[in-house]
Amino acid sequence: MTIRDLANEATAGLLARPGRTVLTVIGTVIGLASLVATLGLSRTAGNQIVGRFDELAATEIVVTPKPTAITPSTLALPWDSPARLARLDGVVAVGNLSTLDVGRRLVSASPLNDPQNQTAFKLTVSAASPGLFPAVRAALRTGRVFDAGQSDRTERVAVLGPNAASRLGISRVDQLPAVAIGDDVYLVIGILDRVARQPDLLGAVIIPEGTAQRYYRLNGPAIVVVETEIGAASVVARQTAVALRPDNPRSLKVTAPPEPTRVRDAVQNDLDLLFLILGGVSLLVGAIGIANVTLVSVIERTGEIGLRRALGASRRHIAQQFLLESTTVGLIGGVLGASLGILVVVSVSALQNWTPVLDPLAPFVAPMIGALTGLLSGTYPAMRAARLQPVEALRSGT
Amino acid sequence: MDDLTTGRVPIIGVADLGRMFPSDPPVDALIDVNLRVHEGEWVAIVGPSGSGKSTLLNIIGCLDTQTSGSYRFDGIEVADLGDRRRAGLRSRGIGFVFQSFHLLGHRTVTENVMLNDVYRMAPHSGRRTRALAALHTVGLAHRSEFLPTRLSGGERQRVAIARALTGSPRLLLCDEPTGNLDSTTTASVLELFAELNQLGMTIVMITHEHDVAERAGRQVRIADGRLTEC
Repeated sequence: MTIRDLANEATAGLLARPGRTVLTVIGTVIGLASLVATLGLSRTAGNQIVGRFDELAATEIVVTPKPTAITPSTLALPWDSPARLARLDGVVAVGNLSTLDVGRRLVSASPLNDPQNQTAFKLTVSAASPGLFPAVRAALRTGRVFDAGQSDRTERVAVLGPNAASRLGISRVDQLPAVAIGDDVYLVIGILDRVARQPDLLGAVIIPEGTAQRYYRLNGPAIVVVETEIGAASVVARQTAVALRPDNPRSLKVTAPPEPTRVRDAVQNDLDLLFLILGGVSLLVGAIGIANVTLVSVIERTGEIGLRRALGASRRHIAQQFLLESTTVGLIGGVLGASLGILVVVSVSALQNWTPVLDPLAPFVAPMIGALTGLLSGTYPAMRAARLQPVEALRSGT
Repeated sequence: MDDLTTGRVPIIGVADLGRMFPSDPPVDALIDVNLRVHEGEWVAIVGPSGSGKSTLLNIIGCLDTQTSGSYRFDGIEVADLGDRRRAGLRSRGIGFVFQSFHLLGHRTVTENVMLNDVYRMAPHSGRRTRALAALHTVGLAHRSEFLPTRLSGGERQRVAIARALTGSPRLLLCDEPTGNLDSTTTASVLELFAELNQLGMTIVMITHEHDVAERAGRQVRIADGRLTEC
């Protein structure tokens, strides 16, 4: 019996009962589709979780005084925090930020005083060190930000967040607009376009730290915002408290991003195991299906087996044919199952707005697993078929 | 096993053959059977059902092996061969015709006939031609693309005979070949056997019908596992 003959006979055997073959294939399809889909979805979902630990979050450290500290919280952070932290390896930018207590003072655009419209607003007034702007990745729409000199000289200048600017009706700085905080007038030197961190700044009037010290009796920075290099956050975070307060590092709270790889591994291991068990169980059910149907087929085709033996088939020929039939069922199931699984991953991802992630090996390994399933499932029925005595096989059935 | 009278080796040489089935109690289906069939003979084995004639046919067809005695097919001691060698002997030396035809319902007549070439390692080219020639011999060339389910009983048995002939066997073994046929088709199938026999085909057929057996050149009777010449 040549390979071509074997293939012909197995194909004919499968096509002789197309309905049953399709039903048998479905078992493997479901099993492998769920395996591929669950693997793909767990990888996709894992990727989504990982996606939250993006570059922005992974490079940010925020230092605040611990609320339980005995000393007044505003005194916990030194003024020279930016200088102290800038010495650490991996730090890109550092800035102090405080929200000022302006009491009942409103902010208005000066010198306009329009009686018909509201011109004075309750706006957040923040004090920042010059380094804060790069630390929050602020982008300017127009003008410039203040520098260390202006802060040291306690100049009355201000940078507006884009929302604050639009409420105050200020869109350009070339005509030296000013805002009044209460009765104090500040020259607007710049308007921000956006910030990547500390979104409160979007609606705030930002004045230099030195100015705030002088006019608002600011005792110390409320928070320190640090931008690190990628991957340096955890190392920098460990050194931050000591660098800022060598005398009392425990008075500070350092908020660093969690280590992304560890989180991802934990999440994926749990998901993968659960989904693998689910897919494995489905595949097992499919395998039992193939074994069952092949066994029924052997019993039904006893007469055919007897005929083939009479025509000169050896036991081996008979076993080969049934094995090839069950393996083919498994292989077809694997191909269809892998396709269906990928379709599910892509569809779910499309619905959830996720990026589908799939192991590139999955579409190739799945059909092989299917074929192997078919081969193993067909082993016992094929052995039964091969062991049939031709005499008895011929006597039973047509 | 040279034949003393002719000096020829018989195609079938059965000597002191016994077949015991190890049931409880054991059944002796064949006891001390001796039979020689030479090339070109047409032998009918007759006997009531349960007499052991099917068992003998299965041993002659290398589908079963005896428990005692000797069976030589064309001079070869069959019991000494393994499963694969016996399968090879069947595919090249013996054509089978069964009472229930044993055609594959989902394959066309031609494909059914071509099935005989599968296990003989026959080259793929020429298989269809050979099958069509065999169908022509049995007078069914016009049914070559039919499914067996659309054929009458007589036609189905002719397809089975064509299938047996495709392998150019030394021996045609027929197990109640007319058992499922009416008298008209029985006559035509027997006529076909007669033609084949005249062309030199050795035929061994078992039957329980006397008028069928009478068409054969030689009849042997089997009863309770013992074989006697008629």
